[in-house]
Amino acid sequence: MSIQVDHVTKRFGTFTVLNDVSLHVQTGELIALLGPSGCGKTTLLRILAGLERPDEGKILLHGNEVTDRQITDRRVGFVFQHYALFRHMTVTENVSFGLRVLPHAQRPSPDRIQKKVDDLLALVQLQAMADRYPNQLSGGQRQRVALARALAVEPKMLLLDEPFGALDTKVRKELRRWLRRLHDELHITSILVTHDQEEALEAADRVVVMHQGHIEQTGTPEEVYEHPATPFVYRFLGDVNVFHGRISQDETPREETARELPPGTDSSGEHEVTFVRPHDLELSPTRTTTAQLEATVRFVIAAGSRVRLELVSKDSPQTIEVELTKERYRELQLRQGDVVFVHPKQQQIFRMPGPSSV
Amino acid sequence: MSTEIAAKVRNEEWKASLTGESTWVRWTLIALALGYLTLFLFIPLAAVFAEALKNGLESYFAPFQDPDTLAAIRLTFIAASLAVPLNLVFGVAAAWAIAKFEFVGKQLLITIIDIPLAVSPVISGLIYVLLFGAQGWVGPWLIEHDIRIIFALPGIVLATIFVTVPFIARELIPLMQSQGREEEEAAFTLGASGWQTFIRVTLPNIKWSLLYGVILCNARAMGEFGAVSVVSGHIRGLTNTLPLHVEILYNEYNAVGAFAVASLLTLLAIVTLIVKTVIERKSAPSRSTHDPAWNAQPGSPS
Repeated sequence: MSIQVDHVTKRFGTFTVLNDVSLHVQTGELIALLGPSGCGKTTLLRILAGLERPDEGKILLHGNEVTDRQITDRRVGFVFQHYALFRHMTVTENVSFGLRVLPHAQRPSPDRIQKKVDDLLALVQLQAMADRYPNQLSGGQRQRVALARALAVEPKMLLLDEPFGALDTKVRKELRRWLRRLHDELHITSILVTHDQEEALEAADRVVVMHQGHIEQTGTPEEVYEHPATPFVYRFLGDVNVFHGRISQDETPREETARELPPGTDSSGEHEVTFVRPHDLELSPTRTTTAQLEATVRFVIAAGSRVRLELVSKDSPQTIEVELTKERYRELQLRQGDVVFVHPKQQQIFRMPGPSSV
Repeated sequence: MSTEIAAKVRNEEWKASLTGESTWVRWTLIALALGYLTLFLFIPLAAVFAEALKNGLESYFAPFQDPDTLAAIRLTFIAASLAVPLNLVFGVAAAWAIAKFEFVGKQLLITIIDIPLAVSPVISGLIYVLLFGAQGWVGPWLIEHDIRIIFALPGIVLATIFVTVPFIARELIPLMQSQGREEEEAAFTLGASGWQTFIRVTLPNIKWSLLYGVILCNARAMGEFGAVSVVSGHIRGLTNTLPLHVEILYNEYNAVGAFAVASLLTLLAIVTLIVKTVIERKSAPSRSTHDPAWNAQPGSPS
């Protein structure tokens, strides 16, 4: 089922949570709504589910407008951040709930319900837990029960609100991959809300980056990571070094994106800001071109698959983060206090409003 | 098993030692508390039974053959059986509204629910006399239409309802607030109607607190003296509830009778307390196993 969000605005009191948001999700897609807390992603999800009503705009499911339709008519599966399992029901009772509340005429027979529950528990690998209560399960198990419960009603779309947010890193990673595999099997149109960029980039077909109630960029994980449309997206999708002005005037491969200036801004007042990812910075022990920044090594963190260095620029008090491969680090033989020359392999320049002293 | 218990005892001793109080300080405090309760609670309670039984069982049971006493018992049960269900419905509805929804005047509603606890029961009774009494606002109209509220059953029921309003609502509000709205929302997304959600999700989650509230409400409904005294008119065999009947018997120097009837109310209270304790035991484990995630409120918009 395709989902269309058409110019949706939502306010809580005087605070605008969603500001004229439009989005199209194709049938069978897995979309990640990514953004910091307070950006409106959960509200958008709740509006899609019918748990909130938009102040303006329309929601179309499969081309039909459902803005004013009840939740029960929408056939959505909703997975809550804190699972929201029914605490007084066993796993089986939780999963079968959606079938047991169907009107008598549509309700499957007890045998069919049991069969369905068994199948779903097999799908989420929890057959052994069928008679347990939620408080006897781990966080990861609870979330899988919540997912099985949502799938039991055969939803046309699956909405997941920070489903792995309350779990520890390892379980989160496992469940994320498992969710991706599940989606490839079932092909239910799914929207995943998350503030974890790694989660969004890894699990989703397309990522929608949100910020302060509007969509900053929509694209495949690769697109948004490699070609961030705005400084916000650049910053949000990973570590970044920000330099005011340009580092070099030479032929370094780079992209430029002119940021739309607010009306009324004097274009002479804008300034350029260069964004460089830590792994796009190259170090050399000696000056090879004029387009290099001189810096001193302040810290070296060698644990992990890559070596991270913290440098201090010679000309400004700015800290520069650099990420090197182990091999390159060994070649350079850097130690705390060494002087190095920094040069971007790839950079992106944004034009920002306001004077450059910011 | 016994080593487990021994370990538990040691653990308790360890924890007690953390507060830094020496053994004799602890025992002195415990003795003080027990002595205080014995003096002011237990002895008076025991005295009720001692007085009631001092002339033997025959005179103890004599007042219960009196039709006026039986009428008082009946009236008390009628008043409670009307007030408790009404407050049950109101309490659940109010707690549901307060805990699960945001609306204008919510704080006002919470305050209003507390009024009966704040004002003297006598005033609660007087309010109804002022409203429905012969000189009251609607009194003349009521007399014209031959409807009796004051000095009759409706007045007693109204006064009882008034003083027992807060008990169930106050028991439920904090629990329902801490449980949040997520389970209900989950039920809605799974296709349950409002009524199905209430019966299958909300009610099972609050049942022990609800029962506890009902018990407290019932205890108060049967024991209420002040408010009922004002509106009842003390007509024997007609508008006398049990507490009022105790007073009448006592004023007539029928001490044994008064204490015998009083012992009935006391027994009622003791049974209530026992049931309450059992319920607390039953509901306690499920409360303590709530982990923080259960009680987490649906997050702020993000």
